[in-house]
Amino acid sequence: MKTIFDRSINGRLSPYQLESLANPRDFLPGGLIRKTPPDLPRVGELDVVRHFTGLSKRNFGVDSNFYPLGSCTMKYNPKFMEQIASLNGFTDLHPLLPQLKGAGLYTQGALQVIYELEDLLCRITGMEAYTLQPMAGAHGELTGAMLMAAYHNKKKNKKTTLIVPDSAHGTNPSSAAIAGYDVLTIKSRDGIIDPTALKQVLDNSVAGIMMTCPNTLGLFESHLPEIVDLIHSVDGLLYYDGANLNAILGRMLPGEAGFDVVHLNLHKTFGTPHGSGGPGSGPVGVNKKLEPFLPISRVVRLDDGQFFLNYAYPDSIGYIAPFYGNFGVMLKAYAYILRLGREGLLRVSENAVLSANYLRKKLEQHLHIPYNRICMHEFVASAVEQAKKGVRAVDIAKALLDRGHYAPTVYFPLIVKECLMMEPTETESKETLDVFVDDLVDILMKVDRDPETIRKSPQNTPVSRLDEVLAARNMQLCM
Amino acid sequence: MIPQDLLYTKSHEWVKVLENSVLTGITFFAQEQLGDITFVELPEVGRILEQGEEMGVVESVKAASEIYAPVSGEVVEVNLDLETAPELINHDPYGKGWITKIKTTEPVTGLLSPDQYSQLVDS
Amino acid sequence: MPYIPHTPEQQKQMLEIIGLGSMDDLFQDIPDHLKPRSFDLPPGKSEMEVTGFLRQLSSRNSTGLKSFLGAGFYDHYIPAAAPAMISRSEFYTAYTPYQAEASQGSLQALFEYQSAMCRLFDMEYANASVYDGGTAIYEAMMMAVRHIKRRKIIISGDLSPIYQHMLKCYTKNLRLELKVIDHLQGLPMMENLMDVLDENCAALIVQNPNFFGNILDYTEIFAHCHKLGIVSIASVYPVMQSVLKTPGEMGADIAVAEGQSLGLPLNFGGPYLGVMTCARHLIRQMPGRIVGKTKDSEGRDGFVLTLQAREQHIRREKATSNICSNQSLCALQALAYICLMGPSGLQGVALKSMDLAHYAAKKLTDIDGVRLLNNSPFGNEFALTLPVSAYDLIGELVQKNFVPGFPLGRYYPGMDNCLLMACTEKISKQDIGILSELIRGIIEG
Repeated sequence: MKTIFDRSINGRLSPYQLESLANPRDFLPGGLIRKTPPDLPRVGELDVVRHFTGLSKRNFGVDSNFYPLGSCTMKYNPKFMEQIASLNGFTDLHPLLPQLKGAGLYTQGALQVIYELEDLLCRITGMEAYTLQPMAGAHGELTGAMLMAAYHNKKKNKKTTLIVPDSAHGTNPSSAAIAGYDVLTIKSRDGIIDPTALKQVLDNSVAGIMMTCPNTLGLFESHLPEIVDLIHSVDGLLYYDGANLNAILGRMLPGEAGFDVVHLNLHKTFGTPHGSGGPGSGPVGVNKKLEPFLPISRVVRLDDGQFFLNYAYPDSIGYIAPFYGNFGVMLKAYAYILRLGREGLLRVSENAVLSANYLRKKLEQHLHIPYNRICMHEFVASAVEQAKKGVRAVDIAKALLDRGHYAPTVYFPLIVKECLMMEPTETESKETLDVFVDDLVDILMKVDRDPETIRKSPQNTPVSRLDEVLAARNMQLCM
Repeated sequence: MIPQDLLYTKSHEWVKVLENSVLTGITFFAQEQLGDITFVELPEVGRILEQGEEMGVVESVKAASEIYAPVSGEVVEVNLDLETAPELINHDPYGKGWITKIKTTEPVTGLLSPDQYSQLVDS
Repeated sequence: MPYIPHTPEQQKQMLEIIGLGSMDDLFQDIPDHLKPRSFDLPPGKSEMEVTGFLRQLSSRNSTGLKSFLGAGFYDHYIPAAAPAMISRSEFYTAYTPYQAEASQGSLQALFEYQSAMCRLFDMEYANASVYDGGTAIYEAMMMAVRHIKRRKIIISGDLSPIYQHMLKCYTKNLRLELKVIDHLQGLPMMENLMDVLDENCAALIVQNPNFFGNILDYTEIFAHCHKLGIVSIASVYPVMQSVLKTPGEMGADIAVAEGQSLGLPLNFGGPYLGVMTCARHLIRQMPGRIVGKTKDSEGRDGFVLTLQAREQHIRREKATSNICSNQSLCALQALAYICLMGPSGLQGVALKSMDLAHYAAKKLTDIDGVRLLNNSPFGNEFALTLPVSAYDLIGELVQKNFVPGFPLGRYYPGMDNCLLMACTEKISKQDIGILSELIRGIIEG
């Protein structure tokens, strides 16, 4: 499809052109003015609308396709949330308004949303306090690691190392490194953390552990109580990566289980859309130990019921975001939690886990499943057998696209060869799961009969297999 | 497959011993593991390396891997052809895909023989 | 239960296939004593109730204020077609485009966004966004540190104090030295900056227009940086960039921006858009997603995420950055805005806003005791010195439905009487007239 730049016609006027333009030289010396106007598309409104509509048809999304992308929790995004997030009473608010004298009164509704969402997240995870500032999951991880560092610095603990199990989320090691820690990877045993391996590396230099639970294999870390005791024995802290919280909503509260700091992905667990890659929102919750270090500002409620922004926290790590985080995303998650309520959230985890196990069971005859036992919200299959016949996980993924399903996560986690990580979520019907299984089994059958067709897929998508090597070597990154 | 006139490292670099210097690269096995190589980060000429120190990075679409200095010494030449044609490492890892030339002051030690490397790859 | 399609009968069938007797058995791996002591949440509500409640909350926020508040975040007009484009759920319900063949829409749009940013800033490469303008500066700074392997950063004190706070927070544990060179009357101290730049510095960070609204030329100091191997970083205001000398023309190595002014609502602080662009030689250090053009197996053009080997799921602790999710949908909306406005539309917005700001500055400086903080060129924002406290003045005017600007004393000690005032094309001359009379009334009594 042509780019919007290719549709540009010299002389075509924008409908938003303003008449009687001032001359920049009225305000600025010539040296401060750009030499030529930017060479941006000159198109009409219908050109833009046709272009974007055309592009949209070249995309899979949850609204059009089953999207079993493991660890991404691609559940249905209820539409009323979009409507709420576009209310002018929220979208038109300047973030500096509540910092002005007397203007806090005009943002009470927005501040209440932040305050109450924090409270609900505390209840959902068993934590004492939250910050909603982090703008994505990885941003939450970084915030969490910085909070851990602030705790240790305050106590003058000499801590240099964060432990990250090999089954943790992909961003954990780099988040820890960016927060200034050395990263120590420990190998899991039988798919979960091995307390013996942990003991071997545990000493006073350990600042804590970053855990994903259930982990990226979809398995619950059943040695958790022992791990909690071990880490706390060296005054280490436990970090809970909430990317997989969907599995345990209402079934375990990370705070009660001994975690000191938690991040959540509102765009995974709480139904806000992923937006082709963002915006997300990655709130961080802490227990009493870490509360003094939370980023500023924080929303507090006064005795008279008014909400205001408090910056007076001397031990705070400071500003993680310019303001209060991705407010538009929070609104949707807040609406989602209110809509579902206690029972609704319990049914989420239950049905997410039910569907994952159903899918696992239906596929176990056809695909190798390295840790084939009751899983949580997702499981990891492996195409090692197919790879021996020349059909790799990536080929199976592409063949699924041809049949109208988005692909599972492939080649992650790194600890399973040729892996396909599948997360059906609670919002997909049994009928959809059955069609997916039939299509996947059909592909797997073809591995023997007609591997070439599988290797050549996709064919039904707007483009066929794209050359990633060429892209990386040529580096054509703009027009 | 494994040239007999070279020495090797556990991290899959090869070394060709010349007079007062060595030529280095990554092995056939290493490039095969990485797949189509898309970028090579080369060290600066003149840099002094300790054996085992990171001297560059090779990237493919799905992986990136450090290249470690197989010997101590000064980088006297790098293969600039790799900047425009990183695929040389795939096509000819022991020849046109060489990576650095390192001037050595001491005899080369601590490397694997072709037989030892062969065992490493097989295991 | 809302959004869960399984019928009780289906649940039973599924459990049977799994070989379990009850839903509770699904959670058998969670030790009993870890099961929640309480799960104290309110009962669910109907869609109508939730929507009604949130409407009520939204109405507790006032949007009727006439606002001259900017400080880096601006209330420009957003054509209806811009949000309408990203309300296509094929865009907003998709994930990061890992499977390129099923994500050509998002990928091509992001490629076009990258192209638009490069052209607007005259830079060579762009990524597909980071979280916001502040994290873009932080990531740019880290690019410099990785590239040149030095640990000292020079910051001009007229960089947004909000972003200065963020940089301080992010670097606390990184053994980097941040040196802020104070501004003088809202202007960067070019000589002092020149003096501290040396071969221990990784980066110089400046902002244009600066926090006080002044427009500057950094060509000379960037050239000086270049000689010393220092990475020059400019944080800019994208809409104004349609008129102003570009970071590329000034020789910046990295240009970043808060992209909110490109058709995104103020939204009480987010989601916004962190724009990042760089010169060719720094592309390997660029964090985040980057879209590249390629061919499919039949030779057709297509787009993929590229340079992914630098990223955290592969490089783990050696990744260039930990950023994963970004602000793609905001980038798409910014692209739609740019296309709808076109080059002349963008320039129109910039010039109209500047025109109004100059009108306002003139009106206000007619008042006794009110003067501009400095006499340097400015765009659509300027700082005033008042004979009264800016904070208190705002307090009085808010009651009359006017927000005259931002009190600079909030971040700059000793500037309690300084007011930062911005205009966009949404302001009218009449509003400016009324506001200046109100201010005159307060000041002249």
